[in-house]
Formats: sequence, C-alpha cells, structure tokens
Amino acid sequence: MIYEVFRQERKGQPFQHAGTVTAPNERFAEIYAREQYGRRQESVALWLVARDDVSEIAEFPDEFDLKYRRVDGYSIKARLREARERAGTLELAPGGVEE
Amino acid sequence: MSKRTDLLLSIADDELILGWRNSEWTGIAPFLEEDVAFSSIAQNEIGHARALYELAAAELGTTADELAFDRKPEEYRCAPLVELRRLEWARTIARHWLYETADEIRLATLKASDDSEIAGVAAKMDREEAYHRMHAEMWIDRLLSSDDGRERLDEAIDELWPYALGVLDDELRPELRARVEARLGRELPEVEPVPRGVHEAELAELWGEMTLVRRSAPAGAQW
Repeated sequence: MIYEVFRQERKGQPFQHAGTVTAPNERFAEIYAREQYGRRQESVALWLVARDDVSEIAEFPDEFDLKYRRVDGYSIKARLREARERAGTLELAPGGVEE
Repeated sequence: MSKRTDLLLSIADDELILGWRNSEWTGIAPFLEEDVAFSSIAQNEIGHARALYELAAAELGTTADELAFDRKPEEYRCAPLVELRRLEWARTIARHWLYETADEIRLATLKASDDSEIAGVAAKMDREEAYHRMHAEMWIDRLLSSDDGRERLDEAIDELWPYALGVLDDELRPELRARVEARLGRELPEVEPVPRGVHEAELAELWGEMTLVRRSAPAGAQW
C-alpha cells in the first residue's frame, strides 16, 4: 500500500504534501512516516492518507477556449477598488484602505 | 567502581552495542522505509548510550567517548544478546523485540529509582523506547499472522531466549518470561541464562570496527 504523507511544519500552518511511504498497512505506515518525516523535528504533525482514498480530479475540459475565464495577465486589483469605492465598502475590504 | 556506575555502564553498553548491530542494516534492510526506521531506532539507542555514559563519566572523571571507545572489549558489560551478529531479518526482529520487552521492564524499575538523575534519564529514554516498542510489536503481529512468519519467529525466539534472560537481573526474569509467553501464546523452556560478563567472540570483531577510526588518530584528537 502507498500512503500519501502531509506534514505541518509549525502549528497553525497548512499541511503540505511531503511524499509517500510504502507499507503493508496503516500501522506500519504510521511508524515509517514518523521516522521518515518527523525524526529531525521537521514536523509538528503528519497526516497519512491511503493513496486509494484520495479522490483525484485531473481533467478540465475547455473545448471552446474560454480565455475570459482565466485570470492570468488580468489585474483585478484596480477594478475591485473602483467597485468597492462605488459600493462604499472600501474600508471593509481585506487589507483596508491602504491597498 | 560503584554499583551505580556498574549499572549505568551495563545499560549504556547494551544500548551502544545494540545500536551498532542494528545499524548494520542501514542500506540493506528489506525495504527502504524499514531501512530508514530501523536506522533511526539504531541512532536513538546510541543517543541513549551517550546519555548514560555521560552520567557514568561524571562519576569516573572521564568522558562519554572514552567510555564508549577506549575500553578493551572484555571490559564492556553488555549482555551477550546485543553482541550477536544477526543479519537475518526474523532473528533481528526477534532480538529487537526481546530486548525492547526486557528494556521496558528494566526502565520501569529505573524510573522508580531514588536517584533522580537515573530516574530522569530513564523517563526520557522510555519516551523514545515507546516508539521502538510500537515498531517491534507491529513486526511481531506481522510475523504471527502467517504460518511462515510464525515458524521463523519461533525458531529465532528459541535460539535467543537464553540470551534474552541474560539482559535482566534474576529478580526481573520471571516478568520477562510471563510477558514473552503471553504474547507468543506458548511456554518457553527452562534454560540457563547467558549472563553479562561472558562475551561472544563477535564482540571483539564488532569492537574492532567500532573503534577503528578512533584508534587511527592519536589520543586526544579533536574531531
């Protein structure tokens, strides 16, 4: 069995994919993950997920090339600011007025 | 030498030599994850040895390194169980599990010691040994879950049993027997323990390897 291992470097931080361990069952996987991803105090917590339990989505069809749905090269900052000014909610925006 | 120092050196030598033996699997364990885990356990054991040597060294006016590397093979106080070269996986696991089981019993008595330094180091060691035990126990379950595994484990335990008894003092041996028999679900033979102080020929060979680098440099060399 292959287990995907996620590790948290510091409390409160997001878990990030660290790698995998191959083990006959979850108990072995836990021991191996601890030694492989935790023995140098590089993690404060680990998540283990059997690879078979991971739902993967890997197809994103875009048959009609809807470029306008992509945001690359498109600065939204200024437009958002204008919209917020119109709505009078500028000070409520993340980061407040000093954008 | 005081009884306290003798005790510290016995346990330190057990941990150092077993750590060394277990590290012989580094790079060649049955699979990569086990290689990393078993090597890490070996490093932990050597770390425990260092902590215990430091306590003994303070009393003897020497250093942990001198105690670990500058004695003659016959001066080591380790139990013969840890001296055996056992590059066969079932035997390695059997030895690992027998040692951890005995060590748990021994640590429980040390944690209750009136000597706060000894009790403190024992408590620290035990927190790491808990994971060594988890590792050993999961392997025992694995071996017990198939006929082939059970057969290999039984053979290894029978061979190592007199050595395992030798890790502990007389009064702690019945507890070891009770735990091992309960776990394996069978009775073990009444045998003469292989005691400390008698060394296997393999120890001298191991000592030669272990101290090679240190002996190659003049005494007092800084690393």
